[in-house]
Amino acid sequence: MNEDTQREALMAALEAVAERVEAEKGHLTDLDSAIGDADHGANLDRGFQAALEGADPEAAPDEFVKGVGMALVSKVGGASGPLYGGSLAHASTAFEGGIDAESSVAFAESYLEKTKDRGGASVGDKTMVDALTPAVHTYKRAIEEDEVAPLTALSRAVDAAERGVEFTTAIRANKGRASYLGWRSVGHPDPGATSTLYMLEELLGVASEYLEGETDAELRVEGEEGDEGEDGEGAK
Amino acid sequence: MKKLINEPGDVVDEMLDGMVMAHPEYVRRLEGTNVLTRADAPVDGKVGIVSGGGSGHEPTHAGYLGAGMLDGAAAGEVFTSPTADQLQGMIDACDGGEGVLCVVKNYEGDVMNFETAIEFAEMEGDTEIDHVVVDDDVAVEDSLYTSGRRGVCGTILVHKVAGAAAARGDDLAEVKRLAEKTVERVATMGTALTSCTTPEKGEPTFDLDDDEIELGIGIHGEPGVERVDVMSADAITDHLTERVLDDLALEEGAEVMTIVNGMGATPLMELYVVNRRLQELLSEREIEVWDGWISDYMTSLDMAGCSITVLELDAEFKELLGAPADTPALTVRE
Repeated sequence: MNEDTQREALMAALEAVAERVEAEKGHLTDLDSAIGDADHGANLDRGFQAALEGADPEAAPDEFVKGVGMALVSKVGGASGPLYGGSLAHASTAFEGGIDAESSVAFAESYLEKTKDRGGASVGDKTMVDALTPAVHTYKRAIEEDEVAPLTALSRAVDAAERGVEFTTAIRANKGRASYLGWRSVGHPDPGATSTLYMLEELLGVASEYLEGETDAELRVEGEEGDEGEDGEGAK
Repeated sequence: MKKLINEPGDVVDEMLDGMVMAHPEYVRRLEGTNVLTRADAPVDGKVGIVSGGGSGHEPTHAGYLGAGMLDGAAAGEVFTSPTADQLQGMIDACDGGEGVLCVVKNYEGDVMNFETAIEFAEMEGDTEIDHVVVDDDVAVEDSLYTSGRRGVCGTILVHKVAGAAAARGDDLAEVKRLAEKTVERVATMGTALTSCTTPEKGEPTFDLDDDEIELGIGIHGEPGVERVDVMSADAITDHLTERVLDDLALEEGAEVMTIVNGMGATPLMELYVVNRRLQELLSEREIEVWDGWISDYMTSLDMAGCSITVLELDAEFKELLGAPADTPALTVRE
């Protein structure tokens, strides 16, 4: 896609994610009240509404994503602000040269790395990392080794994130507020992993619209949708 | 849900306005933020002491703004840490030239946002900034398998010690040393008789039957570490006190100060009943109580319940705890 289309797609992705977060606000807060402090949905919604208000449709892709990240940092609070917003702002530099398959992989890896670094969480701790890690690894592998189109790769990444959320239901929390419950946290899906999945699903939806009808080969050359997907986690 | 609120999203903003109107001689609000500072901040030539966290814990934190305690208090949304940019604004506003100490409760959101704020503040200025993380909650083990012990009511004693040290002119390193020493020697454990109800959610955070209580709660309406059948005040006090004293490993003849803290919806009558038993237990163990505070110091909205805090004292602590403090929520006279 050319840069105009990239900007349009990013704005559409932000709108889709913000709308989904608003729709799931109550559900995310319910998940959080079972094992946390009942604020996840309300906090994310506040952040994305602010990101929408402040978004500049004319900004270059990296600046646009950074702007969304900083809006989340300054509005979400709690751990989710630095985790979602900080990671998004950090990873936005991957898009300095625009969005293509390669930069989307770099974005995804940078986003994951910052999230793990900031939160100190690993796979198995029952956090958003349990959805994010398989999604990012699946995306990277699909693009770089399986050489499928970004849209196909993103679709696989969403499936991987979904399995990651299921995995969090079964395990005991070692990080985050839920860790204070010990074994009592078992049986509840992690709210952060769940919201991460929702964001990826919305990115996939927007990517599908913009890449509809393109073949795998064409997509691989253009590559932009993939990074939307990644961006989605942060950008959502 | 029956609450004295207008719109759930406006509660924090309207509370802060109300606090400033109630205590203009103590506090003012940084324009465009949810940060309150001492009315005379920054105080030249003194280390600034700042803290902050989610709202819903009143009088924590802004209730402790004033001479001898805090210079700045940032209020996040209900049970949500303040954002990094607000914390950075607070640090800047409380820098009187001698540096700033941030007192952070060990909750991931608080720790992450303070760390981010300190990074930002250090990038932009030459202020010397340091922080201490309070983790006094003995209900959760400090291990690889949790995020570490939570910071709860013992934080008030860190504010008092650090605030007094800063007020007498100690430098940042010394204020931090004393704050960390307080963290090492203070322990807390709490219980919930009911859940609390956050304005946004509008219903209890967790379900608790009439004949059940939660032991080992934090201050965010999260369930405790154990749910048990309801017990008498003495039995609850015994349980909480034993866990706290085991953690401190006090010897006979030790001297302590105690706090019986209400979680927001427990009458003073019941807190005094708990205090009575707490003092009996300490006396039985031949532990001397230098001072005991009983009130709502760090609450969890409308939760019923209490926490017990014990700090092991020495001469250094007694001087600082006994030093004057003049704040809306806590006054210590000379």
